[in-house]
Amino acid sequence: MSEGVRILPAAAQPPLLRRSLLLPGLAVLACALVLPQFANAYVIEVATTALLYVVLCLGLNIVVGYAGLLDLGYAAFFAVGAYTTGILTAEFGFNFWLSIPVSMAAACAAGIIIGAPTLRLRSDYLAIVTLGFGEIVRIIARNLDITGGASGLVGIERPEIFGFKLMQVQHFYYAFLVLALLTIFVCLSVERSRMGRAWFYVRYDEDAAAGIGINRVSAKLQAYMMGAVIASVAGCLYAAKMTAISPESFTFNQSLLILLGVVLGGMGRIPGVILGAILVALLPEVLRGVGTYRPLVTAVALLAIMLFRPNGLWPDRRA
Amino acid sequence: MALLEVSNLRLGFGGLKVLQDVSFSVEKGAINSLIGPNGAGKTSLFNCLTGFYKPKGGSIRLAGRPITGLPPHRITALGLARTFQNIRLFKEMSVLENAMSGQHCRSRHGIVSALLHLPSQRREEETIRAVGMRWLEFVGLHEQAHRLAGGLSYGDQRRLELARALASTPELILLDEPAAGLNEREKLDLVYLIRRIRDETGVTVLLIEHDMGLVMQVSEKIVVFDYGQKIADGPPEAVRADPRVIEAYLGTEE
Repeated sequence: MSEGVRILPAAAQPPLLRRSLLLPGLAVLACALVLPQFANAYVIEVATTALLYVVLCLGLNIVVGYAGLLDLGYAAFFAVGAYTTGILTAEFGFNFWLSIPVSMAAACAAGIIIGAPTLRLRSDYLAIVTLGFGEIVRIIARNLDITGGASGLVGIERPEIFGFKLMQVQHFYYAFLVLALLTIFVCLSVERSRMGRAWFYVRYDEDAAAGIGINRVSAKLQAYMMGAVIASVAGCLYAAKMTAISPESFTFNQSLLILLGVVLGGMGRIPGVILGAILVALLPEVLRGVGTYRPLVTAVALLAIMLFRPNGLWPDRRA
Repeated sequence: MALLEVSNLRLGFGGLKVLQDVSFSVEKGAINSLIGPNGAGKTSLFNCLTGFYKPKGGSIRLAGRPITGLPPHRITALGLARTFQNIRLFKEMSVLENAMSGQHCRSRHGIVSALLHLPSQRREEETIRAVGMRWLEFVGLHEQAHRLAGGLSYGDQRRLELARALASTPELILLDEPAAGLNEREKLDLVYLIRRIRDETGVTVLLIEHDMGLVMQVSEKIVVFDYGQKIADGPPEAVRADPRVIEAYLGTEE
């Protein structure tokens, strides 16, 4: 068929980053780079948490926003990464950087184990299975000796890079900033690739996608694993920053918060998800002043957002 | 050897017999039609051919290869594409992205090469786009390539479904009621387009259609169904004169 193909001007590939987002993106990045020069330790700490949520929300966005799979146990993959790094560095004396590929492999394996049998199901069933999976991982971590039981792991190795040891808050702030930028690059690259489009085809009409030649189970499994890998890398860095982890960092609430960030900002679109992630991290801090009314104010704010912006604060406006 | 050979195909849901020992064939390069009253089992037959339903028995061969019971994506990859009775576009995506979806099974680059931005991955993306545009041009939608598919007029959405199926470079294309909801002018365009599909690209066409004028005009052979059984097949003139066909459509004289 290729001999008849003429490349029309309109068929040019779109750039990785849309031109209208280039300048605002660079401005935000510049602010993020100089922030530690002006802010105190508390602000840097909160900003680091926000960056962690940016990575986690972007990862979950691949599963929920691109492939349309409702995952209620995403924190489990975050836990897999954190515990793999924790166990390998604290118990077996591994180098932190070497523990990352092992964590990614472990997350892939966990993704296949849970995904391969369940991704044939339609999404409501999947939500229940992933919910169960999230709890199973947390309860396993609570009960095994190697994971330190309910009190968790302590003494996780600080990462070293070219002889420089990451110690202070701003070091980890920059580490998470690099990871967030890397994740954005990954999402942008995959989003406009053959596999990324296949995820959207499956999300919008599974049967039509199958009819046009897309293996829907394989496409969903790849989205699920990709999300798992991103969460696990975030988990590695999180473990190194905290030096101590416990099962209570990876509860159902954690999964819900990450999902909240994705839905709040606008599923499927990178800038929206970043905004949602930052809001999820900042809201509890901003509302510290209202004291015991905090859960009430948060709930009202969320309800208002969902009522007036049902597609998220910065929704998907394709094409 | 015929391009599509269906023999003794059976399909049932519980006690309901949807298809009973259906056999027919489609020659390469032909335009054939399936007709029959509502509920005769035409769309169910299409769903068996494309892997959406698993038949209870019988066999389906495409270019000599058995495809019975394979999953839909494998059948599409083997060269059998389809459109749906009720339009099933990816409405939230662009017209071009819809047309590009057909090329998925003809390309291979995965996540890793997309992350590495390999030159071969970029070239493949360009090919996918170019093939998508070529088929949009073929059905006359290339100027609307960057609009949302859901925003197209009804007739244009039908044509986009055709472009999407053709972009999978099939040997045989199944059209499920392509003229449903079209006005007379659009039906004329459709007849012209179906002929162009066969004449210019060599793709064999099998269609289900209720519009008898269109069916008689465009097809070389017609297969008639009633109550899940084939009751006649042959050229349009022979089928039109067949008393069993007249009976199925008009009822018997008392």
